[in-house]
Amino acid sequence: MRHYIAKRVGYSVLSLLLLSLTIFLFIRLTGDPASLLTEPGASAADVAAIQHKFGLDRPVWVQYGLFMFNLLRGDLGDSFYYQTPVLELYQSRLPHSLLLGVVAMGFSLVLGIPTGILAAIRVGRFWDSAGKLFALLGLSLPSFLVGLLLILFFSVYLEWLPSSGSGTFWHLLMPAFALGWYFAAAHMRLTRSSMLEVLGSEYVKLARLKGLPEALVIGKHAFKNALIPVLTLAGINLIQMINVAVVVETVFAWPGIGRLLYEGVTFRDFPVVQGVVILGGSMIVVVNLLIDIVYALVDPRIRLEQ
Amino acid sequence: MSVTTIPAALSLRTRTARMTDVPIIPCAILAITVVVAIFADFLAPHDPQVGLLTARFKPPFWMTGGSTNHLFGTDQLGRDVLSRLIFGARVSLVVGFTAVIFAGAVGTTLGIVSGYLGGWVDQVIMRVTDAWLALPALTFAIFLAAVVGPSEMNIVIILGLVYWTRYARIVRGEVLSLKEREFVRLAIVAGCSKWTIMWRHIMPNVINSSIVLATLMLGIVIITEASLSFLGVGVPPPKPAWGVMLSDGKQGLMVGYWWLTVMPGTCIMLLVLAANLLGDWLRVKLDPQLRQL
Repeated sequence: MRHYIAKRVGYSVLSLLLLSLTIFLFIRLTGDPASLLTEPGASAADVAAIQHKFGLDRPVWVQYGLFMFNLLRGDLGDSFYYQTPVLELYQSRLPHSLLLGVVAMGFSLVLGIPTGILAAIRVGRFWDSAGKLFALLGLSLPSFLVGLLLILFFSVYLEWLPSSGSGTFWHLLMPAFALGWYFAAAHMRLTRSSMLEVLGSEYVKLARLKGLPEALVIGKHAFKNALIPVLTLAGINLIQMINVAVVVETVFAWPGIGRLLYEGVTFRDFPVVQGVVILGGSMIVVVNLLIDIVYALVDPRIRLEQ
Repeated sequence: MSVTTIPAALSLRTRTARMTDVPIIPCAILAITVVVAIFADFLAPHDPQVGLLTARFKPPFWMTGGSTNHLFGTDQLGRDVLSRLIFGARVSLVVGFTAVIFAGAVGTTLGIVSGYLGGWVDQVIMRVTDAWLALPALTFAIFLAAVVGPSEMNIVIILGLVYWTRYARIVRGEVLSLKEREFVRLAIVAGCSKWTIMWRHIMPNVINSSIVLATLMLGIVIITEASLSFLGVGVPPPKPAWGVMLSDGKQGLMVGYWWLTVMPGTCIMLLVLAANLLGDWLRVKLDPQLRQL
């Protein structure tokens, strides 16, 4: 067990190192990083100061050392536009992203799980086909398009919901739906396949043989077990959602991390772009590690396999 | 003799069976888009990049105020929406296909090398793959686009760099089982070099999976390109890309100029839908191993 966890932690640290190395190298491959890290039109003295801070006049491996040293101290540089440390900006936006992510996840589960169950118990019939169509639309309709169409109907024609901004519950509805939409399709597909697997299992057959009513077999015996992989995926997807919400947050001017990334790109605020990417990647690596460890704790087959 | 004729007859029958259930609608959508993209210069009624400021925000022809001169209306600079959609098809397809092929070539090659050579080469390639897979594709693409700057060529390279990992993972998995098979062992005994085995014996066996994956990736890549263009880090304006059109159309949305959003949006949706349907069909037909994906 300890060996397994040590190995997983080792892999995660390696992933983080490779991530930082990738980002470090890409910035340097494209020319002088000082031009990216200083404001457009910065004075020669400013450029020199940045070059000194990141050691750009020294060998590459020293530069990487300094880059990592700053990262580990939590110093991601200062935003040109907001004139504040990137980490502080990120922390101030994270709660908004989390809120949006959680509500979007709620939408996607409410849409995905019932349709998945319905498709599984009516496999090969109308509801199954309808479910497949829904999954296909979910994968083919990009979230920004869903967002724009929602604005068109609910803000422009019906004038029911605010088209952008944040602050009230009503501001949250459309961005959360647009973001949850794509993930609903994934959750529907997994619920369907997981449910089909469980419905074919021995204990469900036994429950039926006992003469339990069908609703109880599906609701109590099958559903609960089929839910485990779906909830695991939902956990992973929540982190993904926070990181891919950039387009939805831009459409609805939602002040989350995605919007911060967009602002970073628009204002050529490179430290912000770099910071959001590094923190997003690290978040995913750490969450994946935690999931692996929890899996190993819960399921002895995984740790014995190693 | 009969031993050789029976499989031949069988394969012919399966081949005709395969041809009869080709999904017509997705193929038609893709074919129309390809034709439109190729002959854009002849099909587009107006110049997609030049507009008349006096003819701004004209609605489609069936609405009051619309005219058949601009079938799908005009945008905020008076440019013809239909012409922009037609040229936009070219951008989406060129970027989509090139990026998918580029990512496929890199990913398949690395997957084969990683799976066949094993050892430290495998470790290095797979650890890099894992690290890159950890980054959300869109965020990574935005980062790269911010570093290298927007252009069509850069977008292709960026999408290739972001998406090769998926090919590498799947191809490596297949190579691991392929390299234990008799024909590979016989090739080793026959004295073939590692590169010959990878190129002549392994590659033809994994190419099916790569093609299936490429078709499935086409939709994802087109959406990513549209997202990047929408955010202003993709295809630079005034070039007519569907994502750029959506981004421009957003300004007019609140005033009710719905066609600037709905038209390019529908195009993206139809193209991605067609790619996904075709990918699903190919997956079932060509590669039973990928069915559970």
